[in-house]
Amino acid sequence: MAMLHLVNKSPYDGSSLNTAASIMKSGDKLLLIEDGVYGAIKNGKSAALLNGLNVSVLGPDLAARGISEDRLVDGVTIVDYAGFVDLVEANEKVQSWL
Amino acid sequence: MSDTKKFMYINRKAPYGTIYAWESLEVVLIGAAFEQDVSLAFLDDGVFQLTRGQDTRGIGMKNFSPTYAALGDYEINKIYVEKESLEERGLTLDDLQHLVWEDEDEDYAEKDSIRLVSRTELGDLMAEQDVLFNF
Repeated sequence: MAMLHLVNKSPYDGSSLNTAASIMKSGDKLLLIEDGVYGAIKNGKSAALLNGLNVSVLGPDLAARGISEDRLVDGVTIVDYAGFVDLVEANEKVQSWL
Repeated sequence: MSDTKKFMYINRKAPYGTIYAWESLEVVLIGAAFEQDVSLAFLDDGVFQLTRGQDTRGIGMKNFSPTYAALGDYEINKIYVEKESLEERGLTLDDLQHLVWEDEDEDYAEKDSIRLVSRTELGDLMAEQDVLFNF
């Protein structure tokens, strides 16, 4: 019954990531897209929210924002648009934290 | 000149997720024609506007980040970046573009445009302004 959680807002400009991260169940996955990708920057104040979660970020959104792979929290996976579709398909439900 | 006003543009949004960053740049460039004393401030998620290496080919949007490097040519050379906002986001000055301007009074010596300021210093700078524009 796994759920894919989508966050598209900066964690520094709203509560989406905070709420999503704290409501997620074991087995759920989190995908950060658009301004949500800022949540995966290592040493950022919000990075601790990702502890223990299965987290992916959308590569094209990272590249657009000038955030290189080596700046990310350890264990975060980068996916492309096809990987986004795979995640949607692999999970029973998708929850978008708009 | 006594009729010169101090204009500060305050940027607090990340690029691409909303249109604010791009709109701000457009207004700054238009405003540059009016020869006022212009400065730009980047704080909160606005600091993300200045990251180096932005590549928007994958998201089908215009990469407007090279435009920041042109601000020096419009005599816009006071670019204040708030230290607390950078640190909170896990960034340092090295993650940002190196923006410069040429000082014609010193044989066109290249000087840094970005000045790292604390929140308190930024507040002091805001208090000195005649006009504040928010994006």
